[in-house]
This record gives sequence, C-alpha cells and structure tokens, in this order.
Amino acid sequence: MSLTPNSPGERIYNGIVKENPTFVTMIGMCPTLAVTTSVINGIGMGLTTMVVLVLSNVLISLLRKIIPDSLRMPCYIGVIASFVTVVELLLEAYLPSLNEALGLYIPLIVVNCIIMGRAEAFAGKNPVIPSLFDGLGMGLGFTVGLVCLGAVRELFGSGTILGFQVMPKAYEPINIFILAPGAFFVLAILIAIIQKVNNTKAEKAALEAQQQRRQILQAAGLVAAEKA
Amino acid sequence: MAGKLQVSSSPHIRSKMTTSKIMMAVVVALLPAAVYGIWLNGGHAAAVLILSVLSAVLTEFLYEKIVGRRVTISDGSAIVTGLLLGMNMPPQIALWIPVLGSVFAILVVKQFFGGLGQNFMNPALGARCFLMLSFAGHMTNFDVSGYAAKHIVDTVSGATPLANIKAGETGDLASMFFGNIKGTIGETSALMILIGGIFLIVAGIISWRIPVIYLATFSVFALIFGGHGFDLYYLACELCGGGIMLGAFFMATDYVTRPITVKGQYIYGILLGVMTGIFRIFGGSAEGTSYAIIFSNLLVPLIERSTIPAGFGIVKEKKKGGEAA
Repeated sequence: MSLTPNSPGERIYNGIVKENPTFVTMIGMCPTLAVTTSVINGIGMGLTTMVVLVLSNVLISLLRKIIPDSLRMPCYIGVIASFVTVVELLLEAYLPSLNEALGLYIPLIVVNCIIMGRAEAFAGKNPVIPSLFDGLGMGLGFTVGLVCLGAVRELFGSGTILGFQVMPKAYEPINIFILAPGAFFVLAILIAIIQKVNNTKAEKAALEAQQQRRQILQAAGLVAAEKA
Repeated sequence: MAGKLQVSSSPHIRSKMTTSKIMMAVVVALLPAAVYGIWLNGGHAAAVLILSVLSAVLTEFLYEKIVGRRVTISDGSAIVTGLLLGMNMPPQIALWIPVLGSVFAILVVKQFFGGLGQNFMNPALGARCFLMLSFAGHMTNFDVSGYAAKHIVDTVSGATPLANIKAGETGDLASMFFGNIKGTIGETSALMILIGGIFLIVAGIISWRIPVIYLATFSVFALIFGGHGFDLYYLACELCGGGIMLGAFFMATDYVTRPITVKGQYIYGILLGVMTGIFRIFGGSAEGTSYAIIFSNLLVPLIERSTIPAGFGIVKEKKKGGEAA
C-alpha cells in the first residue's frame, strides 16, 4: 500500500496504524492507563481528545507563520487550553455522566503528549488540510487504543462489554483488571502482541526481498544456482 | 559444555549443586508445613496444593512449548511456585482460584519477563496479591473443616488470631506456635516452618541473613510501635501469627528476587522488617507480609546497584566536592 505523503488517507492510516499513539509511539499514557476501566470511558476519552486535537491542529497550522519559533510552546498551550476549556464546559452541560466518569482527565488533556506532540511535530510545519487529517487520524488511533484496552479490562473486570453482560452468570469478575495494576499489565500484553505481529510481518517482508534479490542475481548468472 | 568453555583464568569453582537440586530441597523443606496443613484442614487443602502445583507446571510447559523456548519444568521452580501459592490459600477456597493464581504466577509474573531468573518479583507472592486484590472475599475466608473443625478451632468461621490481636485481644501463643489456629494452609504452624527453614539454612540452600535480620527488624519495630510496650508475649504472637515465618524463610529468600550482595541482603532484611511492621501495625489489614516482600523485591535492583563491591585492586573514586554530576 503506497499512499501520497500528507494526503488525507495517508494521515489517517498513519494515525491509526503506523504511528498509533497507544501501541506504537506510546504517548499519552496517563489517560490511557487511568480511564480505560470500561469501553464507554475509552470511547469518551478518545473522542474528546480527538475533538481537541483536530481543532488545535487546525488553529496551530493556521497560525504557524505568525507564532515566533522561540515562543511556540506557550502559544500551543494557550491554543490547546482554550479548546479543552470549551470541550470541558460542553461535556459538563450535555454529557454530565461522562464528564463525571472521566473527571480530572478532561482538564489534563491540556498537557496530553499526543496533542503537544502533533502540534510540535506536524501542525506547526504543515498546511491546514493535512494537519486536520493528521489530528483526525491520531485521534482515531488513540480512540482505537483506548477501546481495545477498555474492552479487555471491562470484559475480565466486570464481565460486560459496553454495559451488557457478556460473560456467563457464574463468572466472577476479576477485580484487578479494573484496578491500576490491571491497566499496566493489559497494556503491556496488548503492546507485546502487536509488536510480535509487526515483527513477524517485517521478517516475512525481509525474507521475500532477499529471495527476490537472489533470483535476480541467479538470472544474471552472478551467483551459482542452489543445488537441491 | 564442560571442557569447551574455558575463558577465564583459574581457579574455577565447581559445584554439584544444580537448580533442580535446590528446588527439590526447598520442596522438602516445605513438606512439614504442607503436610501439617493437610492434616489440619482435611482433603480439600490437599486438593488445593495438588491443583496449584499441577497448574503451575502445566502452564510453564504449555507456554514454553507454544513460544518455542526450551521447556524448563524439570528444574522444579514451577513446583516450588505452585506449592508456595497453594500454601498461601485459605483451606476452604474454591478450587478454581489457586488454578487461576498459578497461571498468573507462571505466565505473567515469570514467563512474560523471561522465565526463571528474570522475574522481578516472587511469582507466588505476585499471584497471591493478584488474587487478594481480585477476590478479597474468598481470600480472607478462613472457614475450616475436617480435623480442625472437630477438634481444634472453637468456631467454624471467624477471624485469624492475627486479626484478633490487631483488634486488641491476646493470642494463645502455644496454639499459634504449634499451628492449631486458622490461617492459610501453610502458614499456621510456626514450628513446622521453622523446621523447614532451619533445614534449608543447615543444608546451605539459603543464608541465615535475610530471615534472621527480617524477623529481628520486625521485632524491634513491633516493640517500639506496636502499642504494647516491651511485651514479649505480644511480640511472640505477632511472629507466630500470619505469614511472616513462611515469608521470611521461603519467599524473601527466593534467589531470583533477593539481592546477591551480602551488604544488600542486610539492607533488604531491614527493609522487609520495617515494611511488614508498617503494613501490620499502621495498615488497614492485619497481614502485610506479602505486600512487604513484593515491595522490597521491586527495590532489589536499586539495593544491588548501590552495594556492588569494588573489584579486586580497584580503588573507589572519591567524590569531588561541588562537581557532582
């Protein structure tokens, strides 16, 4: 799959798969570990972060020629903090239960590494449209990560998914999954599985490339054909 | 291998001690307490011990088969882990709990970190804390049956003596020492644990340092902060009650998770004693041994780093004033 750099599709693929903030670049770990006790919390946190990320990416990209280089961090924080305040007030007004569940982690979006990181690494250097899709992709990638983690923890820790009883009635919830230690080892196991899959893929690709090279060399008569 | 690997200059130290021999010695040392626990609590306790050992060994076997590592069940370390975990279970516990605990101990605490020698905390204790956090109700239900219910313990359900002491009652030291009390399968009899522990020290499997310093530090701490003044009877009850004996001789001394330096072992023992004292006396629950040990396990790398002895002939660099990096 080859995508044009900075095209909307490439940015979204980059955010969800190639540089997934939860599983690949491992940034924004604080909310990742803290709020993922259920799927719904994961979705709420992920989408809230995505909204802030898209808005701040767009605004920072628009202002990138005005913001002086030496003062960019305070400017970014100002922009991000404004959007977080807007989102926080909106949540308080229209989704009070989600606001309560996420608690302190909503205001803490201000210092979320993903948002600061995208502003610094992408939006501050690129035009508006790619920045918008970069924010969208990264936000979706973050949401996917949180939902995966929240699903495993909710399934084992409460026996439910999105509040619906999934496990049989006799199943006794393993509380540790929704406590802090559970967050750490579930995240570690998920990351390990994903790394394993990626490594296997990379090894396969490397092997194929090697075989192709060998065939070309053999065809050219530079290397003796392998004796069976 | 021998004869092929000759890289360092002589003298070479040779020993007939192998991992599996050490682990078997630990199992033998645990037997008095385990057999006593089965005798006291009846067949269900035996089923708990057997299941936790079997599931620990099976988990290790299956995981190593699946990921294509060398199968190491013959070194016996999984047996020790399973047995220790089983001995940390209340006698009437539902049988799936020790099985789940063994799987967690071997899979998450031991194999995910690279197998024997790589685990950062004692697998049996890691699993015990996993179960305590998940199933507090099951793990602190010390109902008894079998011989104990008929002859020894007055009431069938109720608190352990250690919890009673915490609540302000006095314990019955003799029954706590011999083990006619409630508690997990392996912790009740201080005498049986001492027999096993002294066997390990005499056989040279463990050093006296960690258990003795651990218990001594805890004693001093309990005498100062226990709120009973210089009351040796109270102290003896604290030492014989709960899991501190089992922890001091069999879990704190785990080769993988204790410091290797002698100086580090002194520090480690003191840390264990203080932490157990803090958990037991100031903490919410009566017991604190397992949390104290896994907490201290986590500090072992730091203890080792600061107590590595200088190599022969190497002069330690003196700190230069004002130039600290």
